[in-house]
Amino acid sequence: MPARRDIKKIMLIGAGPILIGQGCEFDYSGVQACKALRAEGYEIVLVNSNPATIMTDPEFADRTYIEPMTFEALSEIVRRECPDALLPTLGGQTALNLALRLYDQGVLRRFHVEMIGVGAEAIRRAEDRDKFKETMTSLGIESPRSRSVHSMESGREAAAEIGSWPLILRPGFTLGGSGGGIARNAEEFEAILQRGLDASLNREVLIEESLLGWKEFELEVIRDRRNRAAIVCSIENIDPMGIHTGDSVTVAPAQTLSDAEYQAMRSDSLRVMDAIGVETGGSNVQWAVDPKSGRRVIIEMNPRVSRSSALASKATGFPIAKIAALLAVGYTLDELRNDITRTTPACFEPALDYIVTKVPRFTFEKFPATDSTLGTQMKSVGEAMAIGRTFKESFQKAIRSLDTGHDGFGADAKCDRLKEKSDEEVEGEIRRPNPDRYYYIYEALRRGWPVEKIHALTSIDLYFLRKMAELAASEAEIRPTADSLRAAKEDGFSDRQLSHLLGKSEPEIRALLREMGIAPVYGTVDTCAGEFPAVTPYYYSTYNGEYDEPVRGDDGERKRRIMILGGGPNRIGQGIEFDYCCVHAAFALREAGCEVIMVNCNPETVSTDYDTSDKLYFEPLTFENVFDIYQRERPDGVILQFGGQTPLNLALALCEAGVPILGTKPSDIDAAEDRDLFRALMRRLGIAQPESGIAHNIDEALAAVERIGFPVLVRPSFVLGGRAMVIVYNEKYLRKFFEEAAQVSDGPILIDRFLEHAVEVDVDSVSDGERTVIGAIMEHVELAGIHSGDSACSIPPRTLSPKVLETIRRYTRELAGALHVCGLMNIQFAVQDETVFMIEVNPRASRTVPFVSKSTGVPLAKKAALSMIGRTLAEQGLSGEISIPYVTFKEAVFPFAKFPGTDIALSPEMKSTGEVMSIEFTDDQAYLKSQVAAGSALPRGGGVFVSLRDADKKDALPLVRELEELGFTIYATIGTATALYDSGLRCHAAYKISNGRPNILDFIEEGKIQWIVNTPTPGAASKVDEIRMRTGAVMKGIPVTTTLSALEIAVRGLKSSDEGGAVRSLQEYHQLVRLSEA
Amino acid sequence: MESKHFLALADGTVFFGTPCGAPCDAEGEAVFNTGHTGYQEIVSDPSYAGQTVVLSAPEIGNYGCCAADMESRALFLSGLIVRRMNPPSNARSEEAFSDLLRRYGKPALCDVDTRRLVLHLREVGSQRSYLHCSDWPISPAEGVRRAREFAGLDGIDMTARVTDPAGSSWEPADGAGKDAPLVAAFDFGVKRSILRSLAAVGFRVRVLPAGAGADEVLALKPDGLFLSNGPGDPAGVPYAVEAVKTLLGRLPIMGICLGHQILALACGAKTGRLKFGHHGCNHPVKNLIEDSVAITSQNHNFAVVKESLPKELELTHVNLNDGTVEGIRHKTAHAFSVQFHPEAAPGPHDAAGLFRQFREEF
Repeated sequence: MPARRDIKKIMLIGAGPILIGQGCEFDYSGVQACKALRAEGYEIVLVNSNPATIMTDPEFADRTYIEPMTFEALSEIVRRECPDALLPTLGGQTALNLALRLYDQGVLRRFHVEMIGVGAEAIRRAEDRDKFKETMTSLGIESPRSRSVHSMESGREAAAEIGSWPLILRPGFTLGGSGGGIARNAEEFEAILQRGLDASLNREVLIEESLLGWKEFELEVIRDRRNRAAIVCSIENIDPMGIHTGDSVTVAPAQTLSDAEYQAMRSDSLRVMDAIGVETGGSNVQWAVDPKSGRRVIIEMNPRVSRSSALASKATGFPIAKIAALLAVGYTLDELRNDITRTTPACFEPALDYIVTKVPRFTFEKFPATDSTLGTQMKSVGEAMAIGRTFKESFQKAIRSLDTGHDGFGADAKCDRLKEKSDEEVEGEIRRPNPDRYYYIYEALRRGWPVEKIHALTSIDLYFLRKMAELAASEAEIRPTADSLRAAKEDGFSDRQLSHLLGKSEPEIRALLREMGIAPVYGTVDTCAGEFPAVTPYYYSTYNGEYDEPVRGDDGERKRRIMILGGGPNRIGQGIEFDYCCVHAAFALREAGCEVIMVNCNPETVSTDYDTSDKLYFEPLTFENVFDIYQRERPDGVILQFGGQTPLNLALALCEAGVPILGTKPSDIDAAEDRDLFRALMRRLGIAQPESGIAHNIDEALAAVERIGFPVLVRPSFVLGGRAMVIVYNEKYLRKFFEEAAQVSDGPILIDRFLEHAVEVDVDSVSDGERTVIGAIMEHVELAGIHSGDSACSIPPRTLSPKVLETIRRYTRELAGALHVCGLMNIQFAVQDETVFMIEVNPRASRTVPFVSKSTGVPLAKKAALSMIGRTLAEQGLSGEISIPYVTFKEAVFPFAKFPGTDIALSPEMKSTGEVMSIEFTDDQAYLKSQVAAGSALPRGGGVFVSLRDADKKDALPLVRELEELGFTIYATIGTATALYDSGLRCHAAYKISNGRPNILDFIEEGKIQWIVNTPTPGAASKVDEIRMRTGAVMKGIPVTTTLSALEIAVRGLKSSDEGGAVRSLQEYHQLVRLSEA
Repeated sequence: MESKHFLALADGTVFFGTPCGAPCDAEGEAVFNTGHTGYQEIVSDPSYAGQTVVLSAPEIGNYGCCAADMESRALFLSGLIVRRMNPPSNARSEEAFSDLLRRYGKPALCDVDTRRLVLHLREVGSQRSYLHCSDWPISPAEGVRRAREFAGLDGIDMTARVTDPAGSSWEPADGAGKDAPLVAAFDFGVKRSILRSLAAVGFRVRVLPAGAGADEVLALKPDGLFLSNGPGDPAGVPYAVEAVKTLLGRLPIMGICLGHQILALACGAKTGRLKFGHHGCNHPVKNLIEDSVAITSQNHNFAVVKESLPKELELTHVNLNDGTVEGIRHKTAHAFSVQFHPEAAPGPHDAAGLFRQFREEF
C-alpha cells in the first residue's frame, strides 16, 4: 500500500527544551521524520521552541515555528497553516499532551486536521491508568495491584486497601515520572502523594504494590496499518524495578530470559499495541518479572517513540522514528527497505551478535542539597551507550564513555579511593541505589564479597553480578604477557586501566600491546548478526575476535577524509548545542565533497544517526579509542572544537601523537585557557580584565583577595559549565569553598574580582584564519555573576552604547587574530560603566551557536567547518555581521522540580538542562514570550510577592510601583514591605518563614501568589528561608524572577498594549533579514 | 597458549576455542543460527542432526535449561560453537547448559570468534566440519582432513537416526477425548512443540516412525496426516515421499519444514540446497493469500525450488528476505505446508494460527 496522497501538509510537534526525562532523543526522532517525509514530497510544518535542535534548522521543514509549546501557540499555528495531518508521536510526552489538547478542544476538528500515527482514544487508553489496566485485564495480562486516586483522601484509602509497604506512586500525564516516588511509610506517603497530585496535569496519581527488586524489561514494537508488527529490540534493565529505567544501566538484547519467557512477553507486547489501538509507528512496552516465581506484569506502554526507541535504534541499526513516520503516511513494513542491508525489507526483527550497554549520566554535583538516591523519578541528564562483543567488554566501554573519570569497571585511581571506605559504608552505598553504586559493588567484589550477598542487597541479577565479579577478580591476575593482556582486552580493560594495574604509562601499554600484536578489530552494526552483507558503515571496536571490517573508501579515488569528535553524553553545561555543531560540520563537509567520520557515544543524538556522516564509529571518546580509529582510517584532519570539553580534553594528547587537528591549534586553545598566557595576551592587546589571582591553597587565596578585594569569583581551573564556581563575599565562605573544591579538581583555584552590577555579553564569531565575522552580540538579562548558560539573553543587545559595541567588536577581531582562530570562538565580556572587561574566551563551539544561527539565518558552525578545510569566509559569501529587524531571546530551562530541596537561585554554577527561544519585534514582547516558552509565563494580574535584598530595594521601588499600577496585589516580607511603605506603596506584609505565620508559604498554599520577585541575598549560601520559598514556588509552578533586570523588562512588556500570541515561522523572519540586507 | 581444541572446516579454515561440553569429537555440517534466545530448543531440535551449530548471540547459557524446554527426547546435533558459555541465572533453570551438553555427550566449543565464523559461512556456504573437543591430541590439519572425509548430509537419510521408534500419543488439550479428530503424524524428527500445538487445537495425535508405510497410516483410520520437521536432505527419504503420494487426496495433510519439502516432492516439485540455509527467529514471511506478514522461526538448509512448482501447487508463502518458497497449498487435495516453524520454540509465535487452520480443514 503506497503512501497516502490525500495528505499534503503534515504538522510535526517537537519536544521543546531539553529536560530531565525528555532529552535530545526527540530531536533525533524529529529529524528522521522530517527527512523521511520531505523525501516523500510532503510539506512539513514544524513546531519546537528549542533552538538547539537540528530539526528547527530552517532547511528541515517548509515552515519552522520556534514558538512556545503551549496550547495557545499551537492552536494559532494550526489556524495559520491548516495542515492536513498532525503527527504527534515523535515529540515525546510534550507533543502527545499538546496533540491531545488540540483534539479535545476541537481545534483539530475545526481546521480539518487528522491526527495520524495514533488517535486520541489510543493515547488515552495508554495514558489513563484505569483504562490501561482495564484493557490489560481484558487481554488477560496482569498489572500490578493498584488504584488511581485524585485526592489525598482517596489516596489513603487505596493505601489501606493494598495493605503493604512500600508503595509506588506515579502521577499521570507528566514527564519522566515527575513527582513520583517510593513511599516506605505513611509519612513518606503523604508527602509524595501531595507532590504527585500537584505534578499531574489531571491531578491523578497511581498507587500500586511494590515491585521493588523485580527484573525490568522493555520491548520496542513497530507496527503498520495492516497490523504487521515486529519487535525491534528487547532491553533488560540491570538495575531492577524501583529505579527509573532512564536512570538504570540497561543492556540489549535481554540477557536472562529463556525463549519461552521472552516469546510470551513478545506476543503479549504485540497484543498490547493492538488493543491500545496504536495504528502505526513505534511504541514501547515495559514489563516486570518476579525473579522468584517468573510472574510477569505489565508496567506501562508509551504509544510513541521514546528515549528507549532512540537507544533501540542505535543499538540495532533499525531507524524506528524514520520508519514510524513513513508508516504514519500509509506505507507498510514490507514495502520499506532495511537501510543497513538495502536488500531485505524493514519488516524483520534485528538480530544482534554483540551486547549493547547504556549507562545514565548524573550531575548531582550541581545540586549538592538534593538526595542522590535513585528512585522512580528520573534524575539523570544524559546517557552513554557502548557496543562490545561480550557483556564485560560492552559494560566497561560504557562506563568509560561517561567521561566521569572512570576508565572502566574499577582498576582506576577513582575507584582506588573506595579502598579506604569501611565495610559498613560500602554495604550502605550498595544497598542505596545511587550513581556510584556500581563502583561500590566493584569495591565489594574486590574485597571478596560473594555475589549472593550483593544480590541480596541490590536484587541485581546474578548473571550480571557474576560478570562483574569476574572482572574484579581478573584484574589481580593481569600480567604483562601476551595471553594475559589479550584476555584483559577481550574483557574490555582500557589501556588506562592496564596502565594503572601494571604501573606503566598509557603509551607504554599501547606500545606493548601493539608489539604483541594485540589491537582492536571493528565490527558492523548490521541488523542481522552477519546473515546479510551490510551496506551502512556503522562500526564498533572489539578485541573479541579477529574479523576486521575492511576500511571503506581506501580503494580507488580517496576523498578528503575528516574525522569529527562528538561530545559524549549530555550533561549540564555540555548538551545538545555541541551535537548541533558537530552535525552541522558533518553536513557542510559532506556537501563540500569530504568523507566525514563521526565518533560519539551518545545514543540520543543526531550525530550518532548513521545517516549524518559517511562513517559512524560508536565509541568512547577516550584517547585510546579515538587514536585507534585514527590509525585505522588515517583521516586528513580531525575536528574537535565542536564537541565541547570532552574532545578538547584529548587535544594535546592527539596532537602529540601526530594527529592533524583542524582549525584553531590546540596550543592556541590552551593559551586561552591558561591564566598566565592569557593575561599576558590581554595586557599586550590592552584589554581590561577583572583583577585576578591564582591559589594552590587557602593562604595564597587570602593573599590574593587582600590585593583584589571582596567580592570575588572563585573556581577550579579546567572545568565545564562553571562547575564549583561561586561568588564569595567573605573569608569564611572562601575557606569553605577551598574544602569543597579540593574534591572536584586537583588543579589550582582561580580567583577573579567580581564585577557587581555589570552587564554580561556573549559574542560568537567565526574566523577563517584571516578574517573574523561576528555572528552576534548577545546581551544577558541577568547581571554578570550568573552562568551564561543559565542567563536569558537577547539579540540584538538592548542597553549597550554604540561605543561599547564597537569596542566589543574590535576586541573580538583582535583576539581572534592573536589566537590565530580558525573556526568558532565565543567570548564573554562584562560591561561596567562603559568599560568592557574580558571575562573569558573559548576558541571553540559554544552553547549559543545554534541560537545565533537561528536568529540570523547564518549557520555559523557550517561556515566554521568549511573555514577549517581552507575555504575563506568571503568564498562562503559571509561578508559581515548580520543585523536583524526583530528581537530574539534565549531563556534557560531548569530541572529544579526534579531535585526537591535544591535552591533555584542562579549562580556562576550552571544548572539549566535546556533552553528555549522566542522571536518578536520588540524586546519586551520577545522576553515575555521567552518566559511563556520556558514554562514560567508571567501573570497579567493577581498577587506578586516581593522580597528584595537591601542593595536592590532602591532600584526596585519604581518597578514595584508600576506593578501595582498594572493591578497586581503586592505581598512582601516585612523588611521589603517597610521599604515599600516608606515610599508610599501599599502592600500585604508577610512574616519570614522562620519567624511566624502567615508567611509566604501560606500565601502560596492559599493560591494568593501568582508571581515571586526575589533577588537573593548574596553569599555562598542563601538563607534557608529564601531557599524554602523558591523551592515551594517551583513545586507549585509559580514563576520566580530573581534579578531586577529581568523584572524591568518584564514590567515593560506587561505595560505594553500588545497582548502577544502572534506566531510567525523562522523562514518568514529570515526573509525579513534578506529584505533588510538588500 | 595455543589452544588445542578447534572446529576445522573442509575448506581448510580452522577456528580455535575452549571446550565447554562433552570431551569428544564430532563431524557435522557447520551452520549458524542468529536467534537471541532458545539455545536449549535449538540443541534439542532433531532437525539439527548431523549439524554443528554456531550461535551468533555472544552470551549463551545465561538462563540455564529445564526439562520443559526440551524439544525431543535427546540432543541430536553434532556439536555447538559459541562465543561465551555462562552459568545459569533464572528461576526456571534446572541445569546448566554446559551440563546438559555433557549429559548428552555433545561437544561444544566456546571463546570462538563466532562473528568471523558466521561471516565465513555466509560467504562460502555451509561447510562440512570436524569439531575437536577431546583431549586426544590431533592437529588442525588432521581436523581439516577429517572434515573433508565427512560425507555431508546431501542425499543421506538423517531421519532414521532421530525418529522415535516407540512412537507416542497425544490427547487434545481441550479434553475432547475420543471425539476429537485423529491425526497421524510422521516423526521425521518431530519437535514436541509441534505435537503440543496440534493437541492444543483439539487433535488426538498418533506419532509414527519415519519409516512407517502408507498402509500403517491408513490402518489407524486417521482423520488427517501431519508431516513433521526433520533433519537433512528430503532426497534422503524417498520412502516418505512415496507414502505421501499414496495418501495425498485421501487425508487432509499439513507439513512443516522437512514435511513441507516431502509434500512438495510428492506433488512433483523439486528441492535444492540453500547456500547457508535459514536458521534463526527473525525471518519475515509473507502470506500471499491473506496479505499478512509473520516474523518466523526457521531452520532449514534445503528448500523447495520455486520454478519447479507444478500447477497443482499454489505458492502461499514467500520469504521477504530472499524470495524463497515458504509455503504451498494443493489446489485440489486438502494439503498445505510451510517451510518455517509455526510452533516457534525457539522464536516468535506469529504464525501459530496455522495449526488452527489445519483444524478447520476437518
